[in-house]
Amino acid sequence: MLYREAGQYKTSYAADMAIFPLRQDRIGLAAILAIAFVAIPMTGNQFFLSSVMIPFLVFSLAAVGLNILTGYTGLLSLGTGAFMGVGAYACYKLATAFPDVNILVWILCSGFFAAAIGVIFGLPSLRIKGFYLAVATLAAQFFLQWSFVRIPWLYNYNASGAIEVPTRTLFGLPLTGATASPETRYFALLVIVVALTWIASNLVHGRVGRMWMAVRDMDIAAELMGIRLLHTKLLAFAVSSFFCGVAGACMMFLWYGGGEANDLFNINLSFNILFMVIIGGLGSLIGSFMGAAFISILPTALKFGLPAIGIPIAGATAEHVNLLLVGGLIIFFLIVEPHGLARLWQILKQKLRVWPFPY
Amino acid sequence: MNAPVKIPVGSAPLEREEILLAVENVSLSFGGVKAIQDVSFDVRKGEIRAIIGPNGAGKTSMLNCINGFYHPQQGRITFKGRTRPRMRPHEAASQGVARTFQNVALFKGMSTLDNIMVGRTLKMKEPFFWQLWRHGPAMREEIRHRAVVEDIIDFLQIQHIRRTPVGKLPYGLQKRVELARALAMEPDLLLLDEPMAGMNLEEKEDMCRFILDVNNQFGTTIALIEHDMGVVMDLSDRVVVLEYGRKIADGTPAEVKADSRVIDAYLGVAH
Repeated sequence: MLYREAGQYKTSYAADMAIFPLRQDRIGLAAILAIAFVAIPMTGNQFFLSSVMIPFLVFSLAAVGLNILTGYTGLLSLGTGAFMGVGAYACYKLATAFPDVNILVWILCSGFFAAAIGVIFGLPSLRIKGFYLAVATLAAQFFLQWSFVRIPWLYNYNASGAIEVPTRTLFGLPLTGATASPETRYFALLVIVVALTWIASNLVHGRVGRMWMAVRDMDIAAELMGIRLLHTKLLAFAVSSFFCGVAGACMMFLWYGGGEANDLFNINLSFNILFMVIIGGLGSLIGSFMGAAFISILPTALKFGLPAIGIPIAGATAEHVNLLLVGGLIIFFLIVEPHGLARLWQILKQKLRVWPFPY
Repeated sequence: MNAPVKIPVGSAPLEREEILLAVENVSLSFGGVKAIQDVSFDVRKGEIRAIIGPNGAGKTSMLNCINGFYHPQQGRITFKGRTRPRMRPHEAASQGVARTFQNVALFKGMSTLDNIMVGRTLKMKEPFFWQLWRHGPAMREEIRHRAVVEDIIDFLQIQHIRRTPVGKLPYGLQKRVELARALAMEPDLLLLDEPMAGMNLEEKEDMCRFILDVNNQFGTTIALIEHDMGVVMDLSDRVVVLEYGRKIADGTPAEVKADSRVIDAYLGVAH
């Protein structure tokens, strides 16, 4: 009833090609942004911001990155965690070498380092595809993870063997380090995620996105239409790794704050983000957010949500239940809706459009 | 009063003698399998040229050589006066060779519109930087090309499936979208690999009409492979016949139809 496109005429190609051509979608997006920028910081407590929203945003950004590579270009990667690590360590080196430059600049710049590393490990993608490419990126994962632990220069020879995030300020407020408040970190992260998602959406809706999808769907036809496969695949690796790198830098500087993060960027992280992309929906930006919400919020929801509604559950039990549940749901989704939550959302919207008629 | 509209009848005869594509002594083998042996023929500007032959005669391999997907071991291919020994597929595409495929090779996850827009990729020049914003130059370019694509959509009468993912379309329409995608490249030479395969009579007639219209209105030179002899004889200006990788006949449909070697190749010879 409310979700109806009747009466919305498009009189230009620009209006027809808008990313959200329906007025209701635009209102919905505005509402989500208003909630994210105003309602959540006003009502959410510190715990909610730092344990639910910040992880969710970091994972969303990484999932958007991986989705560009795996969902849009069809290149399976298991190196996401390592590319995030490259971003984190690059950001750390830059921030400690040039402490006067604003930390936000370095968080974004660290993405370029991840992009360069991503391109190097993406080179084999011209010759190998599918599982074999996944194994090649697994090599990147292990090699880079080894570097993070074994090359002391990367963590400035700290005795702890890990990054110690320095305190940096933005507009006089501490943004990173131990004294930074969750609100500041949340706002900075939210701005980064919204801006980069907007850029990702611009890319995938334009010429570049079509080239990626063409390579994914039928690489021979794409090649014969004049698309250079290597360029296109490496561009996908670069953009994807850029997003992952920024996500990694955000993860270290705006979420963890260093210290415990000795072996953070491991294969589990890569797999977790791959699951987010698969459950959320391959080739869908909104799916990346849905998948990230699903997998990153579920553990917290179980651990703290169930006791809150009166079901006593111990922390350790919650961990186990979480693993069981996520595993079960992954299998469930792969069978019932292989295109993920994003497809469910699309089906729902399609049904709403024609409701109460069946089609 | 409306001025009478002059409708061109038959393909434009003016540039008939100019040779657009010349294939000279091309041989292609895969290991011990000789796919094409010493084949020469030419395609004149503005004509519809058919390549026919029994299964495994090397027709599709020939097209693959022409658009740079295979590299023949011997022989020369001259396109628009430029001879090239080795050519990458994207070079062939940027020089104006487009093609459709025997087994529909559409981008299944994308809509009809996006599939055809991919055909414009080579014409779109705005650099990556502008693509990041989707405003300004990149958006203006996008709109310009969208208008061209809409013309092609109108031309091939596929307006109603603009937004449909091509994987969901029936086979006949998929073939038509593939033709649209090739046309979006504004090719000088259009290679059609069995455009009518697996279609019913009505779809075939539609497709024939579209091929003739493309040839008439855009002056596109067409080289097509087809098994339906009725279609080949009606559409094409000249026919080249391959058998086991060799050329056995070349000429107008009437000449080819009367050639005893062609009849033998298709019907078999009594031993």
